[in-house]
Amino acid sequence: MENCKYTAADFKSDQEVKWCPGCGDHAILNAVQKALPEVAAELNYSHERFTFVSGIGCSSRFPYYMQTFGFHGIHGRAAAIATGVKVANPRLSVWQISGDGDALAIGGNHFIHAIRRNIDINIILFNNEIYGLTKGQYSPTSKLGKITKTSPFGTIEHPFTPGELVLGARGTFYARSLDVEVNTTKECLVAAAKHDGASVTEVLQNCVIFNDKTHEEFAGKEWREDRTITLRHGEPMIFGKNRDKGLVLEGLGLKVVTIGEGGWKESDILVHDAHNPNPGVHMMLVNMRYPDYPVALGVIRDVADKTYDRALEEQVENVRKDAKIKSVDELLRSGDTWEIK
Amino acid sequence: MERENQTALEDVVIRFSGDSGDGMQMTGTLFTDTSAYLGNGVSTFPDFPAEIRAPQGTVSGVSGFQLHFGSHKVNTPGDYCDVLVAMNPAALKANAKWLKKTATVIIDLDSFNDKGLAKAGFKSENPFEELGIEGYNIIHAPITSMTKEALADSGLDNKSVVKCKNMFALGICYFLFNFPSEHTENFIDKKFGKKPEVAEANKKALKAGYNYAHNTHAFASTYSVAPAKLEKGVYRSINGNQATAWGFIAASEKSGRPLFCGSYPITPATHILEELAKRKDLGVKTLQAEDEIAGICTSIGASYAGCFAVSTTSGPGLSLKSEAIGLAVMAELPLVIVDVQRGGPSTGLPTKTEQSDLMQALWGRNGDCPLVVMAGSTPSNCFHYAFMAGKIALEHMIPVILLNDGFIANGSEPWRIPSMSEYPEIVPPIVTEAPDGGFMPYARDEERLARRWALPGTKGLEHRIGGLEKDFLKGSVSHDPINHQRMVDIRRAKVERVADYIPEQEVVGSQDGGELLVVGWGGTYGHLLSAVNQLRKESKDVSLCHFNYIYPLPKNTADIFSKFKKIVVCELNQGQFADYLRMQHQQFNYLQFNKSQGLPFTILELTEKFNELLK
Repeated sequence: MENCKYTAADFKSDQEVKWCPGCGDHAILNAVQKALPEVAAELNYSHERFTFVSGIGCSSRFPYYMQTFGFHGIHGRAAAIATGVKVANPRLSVWQISGDGDALAIGGNHFIHAIRRNIDINIILFNNEIYGLTKGQYSPTSKLGKITKTSPFGTIEHPFTPGELVLGARGTFYARSLDVEVNTTKECLVAAAKHDGASVTEVLQNCVIFNDKTHEEFAGKEWREDRTITLRHGEPMIFGKNRDKGLVLEGLGLKVVTIGEGGWKESDILVHDAHNPNPGVHMMLVNMRYPDYPVALGVIRDVADKTYDRALEEQVENVRKDAKIKSVDELLRSGDTWEIK
Repeated sequence: MERENQTALEDVVIRFSGDSGDGMQMTGTLFTDTSAYLGNGVSTFPDFPAEIRAPQGTVSGVSGFQLHFGSHKVNTPGDYCDVLVAMNPAALKANAKWLKKTATVIIDLDSFNDKGLAKAGFKSENPFEELGIEGYNIIHAPITSMTKEALADSGLDNKSVVKCKNMFALGICYFLFNFPSEHTENFIDKKFGKKPEVAEANKKALKAGYNYAHNTHAFASTYSVAPAKLEKGVYRSINGNQATAWGFIAASEKSGRPLFCGSYPITPATHILEELAKRKDLGVKTLQAEDEIAGICTSIGASYAGCFAVSTTSGPGLSLKSEAIGLAVMAELPLVIVDVQRGGPSTGLPTKTEQSDLMQALWGRNGDCPLVVMAGSTPSNCFHYAFMAGKIALEHMIPVILLNDGFIANGSEPWRIPSMSEYPEIVPPIVTEAPDGGFMPYARDEERLARRWALPGTKGLEHRIGGLEKDFLKGSVSHDPINHQRMVDIRRAKVERVADYIPEQEVVGSQDGGELLVVGWGGTYGHLLSAVNQLRKESKDVSLCHFNYIYPLPKNTADIFSKFKKIVVCELNQGQFADYLRMQHQQFNYLQFNKSQGLPFTILELTEKFNELLK
């Protein structure tokens, strides 16, 4: 039996954290270091099984700050490196750290294919809608019209909604949080770790230097409860300071209603089903935007499906069971051979 | 069967040629197998178009399979043919320039009609005159109609019957060379086990072709090729891609590290991935990645986590992988990248051979980014060099690029099967617990300068690596100028230390030096060796120095070069190895002989060049 009792301090490395003061990354690091002891205890993972892989960007410095195995890769390729790590050793708990540029621009291909394969890695997507490390160029999640150093007259590109991309790639797990909501982030990460298969946890993160307050219109402390909804599986989709707003289905879409107004009762409110394989409602939740809707946080989708790493292990096992060839000597002598005497 | 005019030959080159759907690869392979089974030395080369099914009957759709068999060890598939089987006018047209003056040409007369001639672009009714081969021994055999006649009662539909015409052609060749048909019949039975009527039809067509040749007295003489005096042992036929895949599996077995291959399909390397994908019985894990970059990055991840990781590709794929290879150099992880070279640049000539990725392999990365470069030189020795690439990568904690090429990758030859007991152990420097004072990820052993391999999942060895410059010992990020100098220096020194672990370079011919030294590398070995041997038989003072270890070069390289008056570097590119040698050993004068046609050298052009240099 492994002794898997750890504290957040067990996951802090001796390296000085070099992100800007006030950067949202600090809060995410904090949430991860709080989540791992829970993950270790619940899944019985010993400390040395945690492995962090990253690409390039501010957030990708993350592995250096974790007292775990870590691999700081190259731009965009973290998902591919993490995939290789997991296939090589499925016992490892593999975490991938990527920013919106890293995962969705240069690494977009690896991102969707890791999700499609359902390889059991946990992707944390730090989304600050900007390139920070290169000092302020627009990213694939920057809002249309955003003025940056490379779009001085505003962008003319439509942004990705990461959750939509995850569902489109047949994702089995998608959660969303805010950097400042450390507990929600932690809860999402524990759920992500427990999920068998590729998980994406998008954390809406603030870049104080190049894109300050980009999420502010819904994430601002004063109005956050009214402009976001934190979903929990099996619970009604209720939000608001007064817990009086909810989501209902109307026609083919969602609608925000106030309980007690217009005849709406609490029992009319949709109950969140994260485990429903049909992504229909999940897609609507993912696409909710302020001011028409609250922005959805929490675990939006968490469905079971076969994982790539497990399927590969099973295939190898099955083939080996009935294999006639069990060594290289036997391989070399298999098939057509002849002897010269 | 009685044989009246039977002539004994030492060497025969035969080429089967037809539409890419005519089954010529199969026909050639079956002829090869029987020849090898009879104890001949054999070497083969398939030559197919880039398109899977190019327009029928056109020259661009011609698929060929050439084999060279003899009563001695055969080193090349041969340049010019003794026998050409042309299933249509396009096949004749495509290959006429490769005929010896004394060649026998067997054509399918049924396809030499107006339509067939027009599709092949002949302007007159006499293709033989047009090609200037009307004086050759041309056998006009109505192969299609005779096959149809022979299989009239087979119960198969017309399309299936016509598919058997390649077996009819093979039967003619078996008569010509006095080959038994049992080996081929056994193969047919196995291949079409589930369709006995198809197996019967193929066997019947084979026999019908044989009898046709016998009964029509089409050949003034038939031929026999005596068995070669080959080393005793159990043999198999193997091509370079299969040998490469198996060499990797052997290195995995000897090192005890599971084999992982992350790759993206690319001609002409795909067959290695396919071969590895079959070998789940030996625990091989393959991942067909979304692109070339993911191919190598999954392999780098697998290497970090403790696999013997390889990635297979060709030139364009190597370009895409370059940044990731730099990461593997920086992270000092074991990794083998095999580049099966093809004609370039860009998409180039995907199905043709070339040696033009050498400079890319040596230098094609950002920064000072040295790694080990090696090359296989025959179809079967790809096994050995894939194994050695694995051994060096795993023991020195370093990426290795193995440069094969389309010619040896697709070519096949008989191979005396080695016993794995003849191969050395592979001992990667895996660390299992933290030493006193803590684990230093970039501490090295003094001999190889290899760092230790600490696998994720090992208690107490948690550490971070990555593409940023590393601290000399701790492996943490360092921007210190002096540290960077030390790291750049040691990464190069580490590659150069590999020279202490590779065999000395050998010379074929005059060990004490002489007039002319022919220098080559990689897949040109068979042709260079044949040309040099031929001239040495004529008492010409020419020797061969053929390289498999390229960076680092064997330590005695300069010593060998210094003993010869002239050095000529022969390669299928514009002189990349010659330029590399000029950098490494600038004191010598390197003459060059280069060819960039997507084709191997011919022995004739080599001997002509060497004779000119010897004047």
